[in-house]
Amino acid sequence: MSEVKGRFAGKVYIRRTQVLLPGMKVAEEPEGQYEFVNFELPQEEYFLPGHGLCAGCTIGVIARHMLKALGPDTIIVNPTGCAEVSTVVYPRTNWAVPWIHVAFGNGGSVASGIEAAIKALKRRGVIDPNRKINVVVFAGDGGTADIGFQALSGMMERGHKVIYVMYDNEGYMNTGIQRSGTTPLGASATTSPAGKKVPGNTTHKKPMAAIAAAHGIPYVATANPAYVHDMVYKFKKAAEAEGPAFLHIIQSCTPGWRFEPKYGIRILELATETGYWVNYEIDHGEFRVTVPVPRRKPVKCFLQLQGRFKHLTPEEVETIQAIIDRDVEAINKAVGREVIGPVDPSLPCIPAGK
Amino acid sequence: MTAQVLAPKERKVAQRRIALTGNHAVALAVKMCRPEVIAAYPITPQTPVVERLAEYVNNGELDAEYIPVESEHSAMSAVIGASAMGARTFTETASQGLGHMYENLPIAVGLRLPIVMGMAVRTYSAPINVWGDYSDVMSMRELGWIIYLTQTAQEAFDTVIQAYRVAEDSRVHLPVVVAYDGFWTSHVLQPLEVPEDEEEVMRFAPITRSWVKLDVDRPVSIGAVGTPEWYWEIRWQAVEALRGSIKVIEEVDEEFGKVFGRSYGLAVPYRLENAELAIVTYGSIFGLVKKAVDRLRAEGVRAGALRLRVIRPWPRDLLRKLLGHVDKVVVIDRAINHGGPLYGPMAVELEATLARPVYNVLATVGMRAIDTDMIYEGALKAYRGQWVPDEVYTIGLRGGP
Repeated sequence: MSEVKGRFAGKVYIRRTQVLLPGMKVAEEPEGQYEFVNFELPQEEYFLPGHGLCAGCTIGVIARHMLKALGPDTIIVNPTGCAEVSTVVYPRTNWAVPWIHVAFGNGGSVASGIEAAIKALKRRGVIDPNRKINVVVFAGDGGTADIGFQALSGMMERGHKVIYVMYDNEGYMNTGIQRSGTTPLGASATTSPAGKKVPGNTTHKKPMAAIAAAHGIPYVATANPAYVHDMVYKFKKAAEAEGPAFLHIIQSCTPGWRFEPKYGIRILELATETGYWVNYEIDHGEFRVTVPVPRRKPVKCFLQLQGRFKHLTPEEVETIQAIIDRDVEAINKAVGREVIGPVDPSLPCIPAGK
Repeated sequence: MTAQVLAPKERKVAQRRIALTGNHAVALAVKMCRPEVIAAYPITPQTPVVERLAEYVNNGELDAEYIPVESEHSAMSAVIGASAMGARTFTETASQGLGHMYENLPIAVGLRLPIVMGMAVRTYSAPINVWGDYSDVMSMRELGWIIYLTQTAQEAFDTVIQAYRVAEDSRVHLPVVVAYDGFWTSHVLQPLEVPEDEEEVMRFAPITRSWVKLDVDRPVSIGAVGTPEWYWEIRWQAVEALRGSIKVIEEVDEEFGKVFGRSYGLAVPYRLENAELAIVTYGSIFGLVKKAVDRLRAEGVRAGALRLRVIRPWPRDLLRKLLGHVDKVVVIDRAINHGGPLYGPMAVELEATLARPVYNVLATVGMRAIDTDMIYEGALKAYRGQWVPDEVYTIGLRGGP
């Protein structure tokens, strides 16, 4: 492996056929289906310290690395949600790039207007036509999968060149842990509480990445802040897309998921290690799993650290395991080989020393 | 005589006389103002505006980004985004469409964005009724928008141009709505004068870009959380800007008159000198009202009339001046203030302005037909004491008071 500089140098698994992006280079002979790509992240910070996000929350991890990947010529549209109320409380801001909040359900349409204005102002010479300005929507799952769904769909259908980033903490965490369209089966939330009759949320997570991909947009990906280089790589690819890009990023929520703050990243690792969350991309319709998992941990490893699943019976956990097994099978089938491996109960949920 | 006698005015700009519907007149005015982003959703009775603007863009007559959004909520959101980016913007709506975008209307004010919106006024559901009354625009009164109510296609055309100039003035930076009657103005072919050289419009209302914008070279956060420690002071700036805008509105109207030969003022009086009875209303029915006044005058009743043109900011001092001496003020409202102290929104405001009771009359609700005789008869009832102030009366309602 050639030498890589910078604090955030890292590696990412990508397919051999992957076109390399500027600043990325092949560093090592590929092994099997995958090859390593090294790249650097800048030292500069555009998401500044001093925010009011909870301890253990990973929104900051996403925002910080997003801006390292996209750079200063980026405009953030931040619909109402945890990120908005925690980072721009007048007279302070944590964003060293232009940022706007308008309302809860309109990230997609506000960004459509900004993107259209940039095009028009470039034509009229108000903005340098050669300048590349990223327009990013940074929205939670409520503002995306529920109240903002229509605006997002309109934005994608019309083909605005916008990077739509959905940080998914699986509920309305800003307003106090109500269920959303992406709350998973069995999770206890204040509007889907674990009661004597109904054991928590009874619906399945809305498949936002698949819905976005069905719009035929150039780039769709799922990501996980625990796999930060994979996530950064996807931000860079999203910026290169010639139309809308949609990133669905899982994000741990300390009060909503009810875990000890020190597990913020560990839980997200378990999400991927158990197959609960699969990091993939759909690049011009081509599906790739970007973080393969040769042997899976049982889903109970992911569930048992979280208070929102504490009420589940062993049978209910088995039901969730069966759903994940089915989803993994579908993914392996789509890829054409076993990219997410079988459950291996001998794997420790949390390795010693971690 | 007051200002109703319009001597031919000096004008600097060559114009031609054409015939257009109110909607197409608005579309033409917008085109001449060269907006950079238009976001629009169709809704009766404004649809011909956004159709015509799409034609202008697709024919290459207007260099703008046209966003055919999926809802009015997104139309207002998109123009907020585009305006925050520094672009001149336009959208248009009515009725349920306004209701759908409502959430974003006060936000445009708080962010101090100079958005111009047209409105072919229409009543609200239910029952669903696509026809014109002023229910929609009246529901915007408390949000901080500048609100013009216009009478004719010509005035709607002229006011759109004035609106851009006012909105983008660095003393103002507020969104503006230009309303005109659904169908009675929006769909009726009318003669109007338009400048031969469209550049004259841009010379009158150049894009200032003086408002706070999203700029990657000078990053700002727009739309921060305003805690109880800060919200009121920030909002108060918008309140003060709206109050102060009355001066700018008058200045712009006056200058428009010098350049284009037409000005309207904040309110339009008619035969109000020595009047003992005044009929106050707004929109396209003012022509009928003036005829009723002429008939009353011919019969010895010292009648006059007044048309409200700018209702936000409210021209309190002017209205006191014009109506202060009038004994009986009859306000014909074209929207219902359900369950209010009076049932007409403008009647309420005039009563507060004049600090004495007015005659509260509802008419044209759901676009119920009205004519000069009906107005004449109503005014006569007030004049003869058959109607009393501070009660609700109707013109044209079957079985109504």
